[in-house]
Amino acid sequence: MLYGFLGPNGAGKTTTIRMAVGLIFPTEGSVEVLGQPVRGSMENLPSLRRVGAMIEEPAFWKYLSGRRNLEAYARAAGPAADRDRRLVRVPEVLRLVGLEEAASKKVGAYSQGMRQRLGIAQALLGEPDLLILDEPTNGLDPQGMREIRILLRRLADEGTTVFVSSHLLAEVEAMCDRVGVLAHGRLVAEGAPSELRTLSDSIRIEVGDTARAREVLGGLSGVRIEDEPGIGRWLRVRLSDGTTAAAVNRALVSAGVEVGALIPERASLEDVFLSLVEGDDVPR
Amino acid sequence: MFRVEFGKTFRRIRTYVLGGLLAAVSVLPVVVFATASHPGGGPPFFEFLRRSGLFAPLAAMVLIQPFILPLGAGLLAGESIAGEASGGTLRYLLVRPVGRGRLVGAKYGAVMALLGLAVLWVMVVGLLAGVIAFGLHPVPTLSGTELGVGAATLRVLVTGVYVLASVAGLAAIGMFLSTLTDSAPVATVAIVAIVILSQILDGLSSLHAIHPFLLTHDWLAFADLFRSPVAWDRITHGVVVFALYTVAFITAALARFRHKDIVS
Repeated sequence: MLYGFLGPNGAGKTTTIRMAVGLIFPTEGSVEVLGQPVRGSMENLPSLRRVGAMIEEPAFWKYLSGRRNLEAYARAAGPAADRDRRLVRVPEVLRLVGLEEAASKKVGAYSQGMRQRLGIAQALLGEPDLLILDEPTNGLDPQGMREIRILLRRLADEGTTVFVSSHLLAEVEAMCDRVGVLAHGRLVAEGAPSELRTLSDSIRIEVGDTARAREVLGGLSGVRIEDEPGIGRWLRVRLSDGTTAAAVNRALVSAGVEVGALIPERASLEDVFLSLVEGDDVPR
Repeated sequence: MFRVEFGKTFRRIRTYVLGGLLAAVSVLPVVVFATASHPGGGPPFFEFLRRSGLFAPLAAMVLIQPFILPLGAGLLAGESIAGEASGGTLRYLLVRPVGRGRLVGAKYGAVMALLGLAVLWVMVVGLLAGVIAFGLHPVPTLSGTELGVGAATLRVLVTGVYVLASVAGLAAIGMFLSTLTDSAPVATVAIVAIVILSQILDGLSSLHAIHPFLLTHDWLAFADLFRSPVAWDRITHGVVVFALYTVAFITAALARFRHKDIVS
């Protein structure tokens, strides 16, 4: 499965990831990864061996080559079998991210995109069951983004759980099976991209009397009028909580407001995102 | 982890530059005394330098102990954790996952092993230069008797071990400081400042009550190995003080690092 973790800058995506891998400790509550609680720094070592992660930007020893960096990470911890398995995989992960030719160059001479690729290679080294990537396509050109997306899709199809944080909606929408939206440190929505979209459909209505229509709609739940000045007798209404266009129509007509036209607008994930992140119902 | 640390160091050009500088320092007393027309006195061992090449590694120790070796300990230990933190590699090591206690242990082990290599290097280079310049002769002790080449060589080796032990406590302080900051230079400067402060306090006679507890107080006590019989008091006292500092600050580093939030 490919899970997209979406949120604006400062929403707490990286903080959540840091807690998941035991770099920082929650002041309250608990974290569980791969069915194991993440506690102090000692107890979660075995489950962390099954996690590959890139947190914020990738980091390497600049004076070592790409290959030597991966080898250093592979050798850094035991047990011996795990270490050897990772060492053997170094050429394989370099090939997966397309860095075979640059493998002998010092990382100090790498471009940002190359470092990003090496960061993903590092996360893949242990054939993880859970792959956590923080903004994986940062600094990549469109071609590179596409390659990484295809790679992640394939890994997910082969059974790896891929957890990708991003602020790029289009990327998440195109790639992920499930999306979680984080705002101000809270998960405000979660579901398949198609499900999330229905959370926030909107309609455009042409009414005879806008003032009266506003009054009526104001009394309905799951309805929010978006103020768009200069569009005459048109109102844009955002629907949520299962409120349908038909219900809005019925309410208006029964209150004596003439409805000239009603046009459903399919929401993009961007609309959903903005309504979730900026909506009044979001705790701040 | 320890091997990785070691391997990384020997892939840095910096390591070889420092090795070259240390070699230069080790041959310096030999060159000075071999070429000077009126070799005078100086710190312990210098006045005897021409009598035997075995004195050359000791003279080199006297040169590196007060400042160069502490600086090396400060560089290595200060960088140990803070350097990985500022480079971002610390979080990847911890997620790899390297246990936090193990990381501190491996880093400290690597720092001490490298300092040990540095001491050995200085001694070997100094000895070679000394033997070439002045030959391998029995050495006079500070008490006026004479030591055979075999016995003297053994004491030179013990000197090396003592010098290494004397920076163990300092390196432990460095490890602790390195867990407090994400900036390696800050940790290094702090360590050097501690050494200087300790030496200043050691020089103030009105503070003689605290002198025995100062890290630097017994640093040059290895000269007592070249008395007859060997005067062990200060040497054993020194070893106890170094061990106490080491245990205290490694414990502090572990306690601090175990629960530290890594946000670098």
